[in-house]
Amino acid sequence: MTDQKLKLLARYPRERTRLLSLLHELQRANPNNYLTGEDLRLVADYLNLPLSEVHDAATFYSLFSLKPRGKHVIRLCKSPPCHLAGAWSLLAALERELGITVGETTPDGLFTLETTSCLGVCGVAPAMMIDEEVYGRLTPDRLREILASYRGEA
Amino acid sequence: MNGPRTRVLVELAQGAGEAGVREVLSALRRALEESGLAEQVEIVQTPALSGSDRGVAVAVYPEGVHYRVTPQDVPRLVEEHLKGGRPVEELRASPPEEPGPSLRLGRQVRVVLGNCGLINPEEIDDYLAAGGYQALERALAELSPQEVVEEVKRAKLRGRGGAGFPAGIKWEAVLRAPGPEKYVVCNADEGEPGTFKDRLILEGDPHKLIEGLVLAGYATGARRGFIYVRGEYTLSIARLERAISQARQYGLLGDDILGSGFSFQLEVLPGAGAYVCGEETSLLESAEGKRGWPRIRPPFPASRGLWEKPTVVNNVETLANVPEIILRGADWFLSLGTEGCPGTKVLPILGQVKFPGVVEVEMGIPLRTVIYELGGGLLPGRQLKGVLVGGAAGAFLSPQELDVRLDFDSLREIGATLGSGAVLVLDDTTCLVDVLASVLSFFHHESCGQCTPCRAGTDVLVRLVEQVRRGEGDERTLKLMLETAEVMNLASLCPLGQSVALPVTSALSRFRAEFEAHLAGAPCPRCQEGGR
Repeated sequence: MTDQKLKLLARYPRERTRLLSLLHELQRANPNNYLTGEDLRLVADYLNLPLSEVHDAATFYSLFSLKPRGKHVIRLCKSPPCHLAGAWSLLAALERELGITVGETTPDGLFTLETTSCLGVCGVAPAMMIDEEVYGRLTPDRLREILASYRGEA
Repeated sequence: MNGPRTRVLVELAQGAGEAGVREVLSALRRALEESGLAEQVEIVQTPALSGSDRGVAVAVYPEGVHYRVTPQDVPRLVEEHLKGGRPVEELRASPPEEPGPSLRLGRQVRVVLGNCGLINPEEIDDYLAAGGYQALERALAELSPQEVVEEVKRAKLRGRGGAGFPAGIKWEAVLRAPGPEKYVVCNADEGEPGTFKDRLILEGDPHKLIEGLVLAGYATGARRGFIYVRGEYTLSIARLERAISQARQYGLLGDDILGSGFSFQLEVLPGAGAYVCGEETSLLESAEGKRGWPRIRPPFPASRGLWEKPTVVNNVETLANVPEIILRGADWFLSLGTEGCPGTKVLPILGQVKFPGVVEVEMGIPLRTVIYELGGGLLPGRQLKGVLVGGAAGAFLSPQELDVRLDFDSLREIGATLGSGAVLVLDDTTCLVDVLASVLSFFHHESCGQCTPCRAGTDVLVRLVEQVRRGEGDERTLKLMLETAEVMNLASLCPLGQSVALPVTSALSRFRAEFEAHLAGAPCPRCQEGGR
């Protein structure tokens, strides 16, 4: 496992400017979508940085998590354009459908629910991302279909 | 050119899956398979430029015929056009001389988006065939770096990221700065709520941005450039990476570009979800591999930027204007837009409007034209309540202000800002208290926490607006909101905190009655539903 991680890191130059790219790589490789203590240490060693500075950056950015998350991370946009288009009712629908609140993971480990600032797809508000896929023009019905498609694939 | 003879461009599925994009794509693949054309027809996805009430935008090249289709139309399109060679007139979306895929593009002037939706963004040959990299070739062969700077200065190209600062002045400062180590950084951290214009350029025509960046490098003496793209834009990142490697193969990036002796390296840096990194000094901190905390300005990046070296930081749209300016000349650019703000502006139109989408128009177009002609007007039976121009950091305007022209100077005159150019239309079903609460909750979440006025100020403002929403405050609550906003404007370290004042003061000055009605206890369904 550690060897595989080192291989991912080796694709990048040992320059601090690559810090976020390295963290993205390791988080993407983790089936639970998060950065482990080992990940942070590997990156710190690779870039020859104090662990504290890697930790500092990893905790600043909202796309990184230091806690295990579900297989799929749902990120519902709650910026003003999506809010206007009814994102608040979708949040309620998602929480009901998944049986969890924002920040939690479903007991089966399939989904983690998060909210996010603007995703830049306001033309099709309200919108959300599941992992790297964007879904727009959401309605509670549409939401159920999308979740079902992820459940079916699991 | 090798490869497929025919190319079909299909509107990118970006969140529009339910509008049938995915269905049209699978119907297209199936029909091509059945008619034995799969090998000869290439399908490419590219951003659509305008919303529509019907079907999915599809274009067939080399003929350049634009359609709007549903999945049911696809077999006919394949049979009659792709196989039979006859365009299907009933499905046509716009006459072929129109620059884009929609009839509603009549008022548009496309400079930055000139190729968007028309060429395959994943093939450098398509960009070259559309005249791409000619500006770079010309600059390297005929112009000195100083002359490139002069042309951009003469064109009065102003930063499209929101502040409107003249790009040529930044470039000149970096060119004149001492020392061999200089950088060019493209701000592609598009995070302003309601703004999705740079994404279209990144996904629809990445080479135009790359060409602009190489020109900026040549003009300023930088040998290394970075494109900082927000982490959520995964497709943009992939397309840029691909475009950069193609440009390298063609000798348009890297060492000794086109045999000129000029060398320029370009890399993509992904962000990781922080609105504040759209502010240029935070972006530089983040690009250096640190948390994205803003620096105190001055010094400005042009004197001390990336790794403390002179650095040009320009927005995507700004840089994408440069190739055309160099190729067609500053005089051509000056003939577009207004005297103080020449050129075009890419505007996202969104909210409660018939056709949300992105348009490119001349600077100085009246707000009314944007909403009623390009945006198709309001939904049936609705009345206009207000418009939020410039994103969350913008100003709320009233229906009496629709004649204002959209350019940096005209909006500043009425105490507003062009900002990112986003036009968020609000109809009579919205509540301004609710919208402002959403705006403030956004800033509260995105405040980076470094300086007290912004960290504490956003917190105070959220509490106050929630009090108004619940009808618990009084006149003093509104006064305190204005005072807090003023303190933030005066004392915050970076534009994030400073800009919160604009939505607060504009909402309270233009829509005060609505806030007072909440305080008087008038029931508001929007606030009851959305107040969580």
